[in-house]
This record gives sequence, structure tokens and C-alpha cells, in this order.
Amino acid sequence: MFGYEFFIDPSRCIGCESCVNACSECETHRGQSMIHLDFIDRRQTTATVPSVCMHCDDPTCAQVCPADAIKKTEDGVVQSSLKPRCVACSNCVLACPFGIPKVMLGPEQMMKCDMCYDRTSEGKRPMCATVCPSQALAYVPPEEMRGRRERPTNVFQFGNQRVTTKVFMMVPGEHVTLSVDVVDYMWEQEA
Amino acid sequence: MLWREEFSLHAAEERYVARRQFGKFLVLSSLGMLAGNVWILVRSLLGRGPAPVGRAVARTGDLPVGGVKLFRFPEDYDPCLLLRTAQDTYVAYSQKCTHLSCAVYPSNDGRRLECPCHEGYFSVEDGRVLQGPPPRPLPRIVLERRGDQLWATGVDDGSTES
Repeated sequence: MFGYEFFIDPSRCIGCESCVNACSECETHRGQSMIHLDFIDRRQTTATVPSVCMHCDDPTCAQVCPADAIKKTEDGVVQSSLKPRCVACSNCVLACPFGIPKVMLGPEQMMKCDMCYDRTSEGKRPMCATVCPSQALAYVPPEEMRGRRERPTNVFQFGNQRVTTKVFMMVPGEHVTLSVDVVDYMWEQEA
Repeated sequence: MLWREEFSLHAAEERYVARRQFGKFLVLSSLGMLAGNVWILVRSLLGRGPAPVGRAVARTGDLPVGGVKLFRFPEDYDPCLLLRTAQDTYVAYSQKCTHLSCAVYPSNDGRRLECPCHEGYFSVEDGRVLQGPPPRPLPRIVLERRGDQLWATGVDDGSTES
């Protein structure tokens, strides 16, 4: 849908796994969910984060692919690997800063979230966004997100790598760029 | 980077061929063809090996009229046919069909050499093509009578007079 964007708001996620199950019901990858529902720190908190592909402007997974199997379509969606090309080498799995791609051991192929390309390319919303009860995953026009307390950002800083994405992450208002360098936080803890 | 242009990560650019790129491909492949043809020409002009050493093929009395004998000439991997077409007439040809190198053999009536692969027929008298796809006559083996022995002394493949 023209003008619609994907927003992830981890603060709204209640860990119900609706998105995971809705994803795995898709006909193009039946039984396999492309969404990771991550528990932040299971002993201390119930907080969860739904991880869908961020669809980077300059996708690291495609850059490191030795088989030229990961392609980005004109609408900015980074597709799953092409079955005839993928050699299941896991380079993309290791390289993706968001940890999205998964290598499926059965078909020996990397598969990942393609923003329900069969649906979004013909004007429907992605499956996960339609079922999310708290709209932690939302596929809406950007104006609708203005009312929320968090602000959307699509710029991430991983050490020296600056990644801009098609999918927006809702972050606390004062952040424009989200630094997700793990080493930064390790130093903070030691100090 | 050139390789990144060739292996673009955008699906739309993957099959895109620029006019300049296509022109480059045409020029380079044409140059390659030219170089290959020049190389073949030079090799055929310069690289003619020494004249084949003659070898004894058969005794004159061994073969009945209409009989056939297989022999190898000029090398051990070049099969040839010796035919006695009349009392005093012997002819010999390479056994490799000039079409796709199948082995030819005399037809039942003994007047033609037949290639079974694509129904090519050659004349027994001079090896010319009678029918079928072969583009050239069979290379003729030059025979020489030395006493009561027949010697193969050369190959007449039609390219040189002998």
C-alpha cells in the first residue's frame, strides 16, 4: 500500500506470539515462522521484542552473500534468498546486524521475513501486523504514529556501521539514532 | 566497484544490460573469434607434420576380390580400410566419416562405403560423397606396390595434390 510503513514498538509487545503463529501459517513458508520473538532478559523481566526484517537500504546480508542470492526489489523489500542460488553458507546469518536471517536445515536455504511480499505487493498488510493485538507491529500510514509517545527512527549505529532501514523502530523520544553497539553497553556496565 | 555493478543486489538491475556493456561484449567476443581463426590458420600453414612413414599393409595375394582389410595408417589410432575392387585394383580410405567421424564400412553390394550414423554413402572408386551429410570425400590412402606387398605411403585428403 502506497504511503504505508512498518513500525515496530517493542514497548507494546506483550509476548503473545500471535505474530509468530500468523507468520507460520503463511502459504509460502507453511509451518516456519520468519519472526523471532526475543526475550530480553527472561529472569528479570517479561519484556519481549518481535524481530522482523528491517529491510536495510544497503542490506548487509546481500552484500556478504557469495552466491548473489539475496535481492532487493524496487519497493525496498529485501527478499528471502533465491532457492536455486542459496548455498546455505550462513554468511548472512552471521553478518546481519539485527540477527534476522535463518538458515533452514531442511531445504538448506536461508529464509527470512520478506514483509509478506505476496500480501504487501498487492495492497494487503503483512500478516503479523494484522494480528498483533497491541499494535507492537503496525503497518500504517506514518501520520498515525505521531500520536504515540515514542518516536520512529530508521537509523541505527552498530559501532562504525550506520544502517538505515525501511522498517521503523519506535524509540524513546530523545533518540534520533539508535546506537546498538553491544560493546558500548558492556563498557557502561563496567564503569 | 565493477563486480558490484555486475552482481547488483537490486533485483531490477540484475538482468539489465547497458548498451555500452553489450557493445563491449560484442567487440571482445569478435576479437576472440578473430584471434582463434588466425591461430587455426597459422597452425595449418606452419604446423604440417613430417610426411607419414610408409608401412606395409598387406600381401597382394591375401585379399580376395571384393575383400576388405582393416589397417592403421599413418598412426596407430587412424583406422583405414583396404579394398580389392578388381583383380588388380586396390583402394584404401580412412575409415572415419568426414561428417562426424563414425566408422564407415562397405555396403552389402560392395560398391559403396556406408556410414551408419547418418546414412552417408561414399563411392568405393574414388571416395566421393554419393549421399548424405558428409561435406568432403573420404581421405584416400596412397598405395604403392613393392614386390608382392602393398605399402601405404601417404594420405590424400583432397587439400594437396599428391
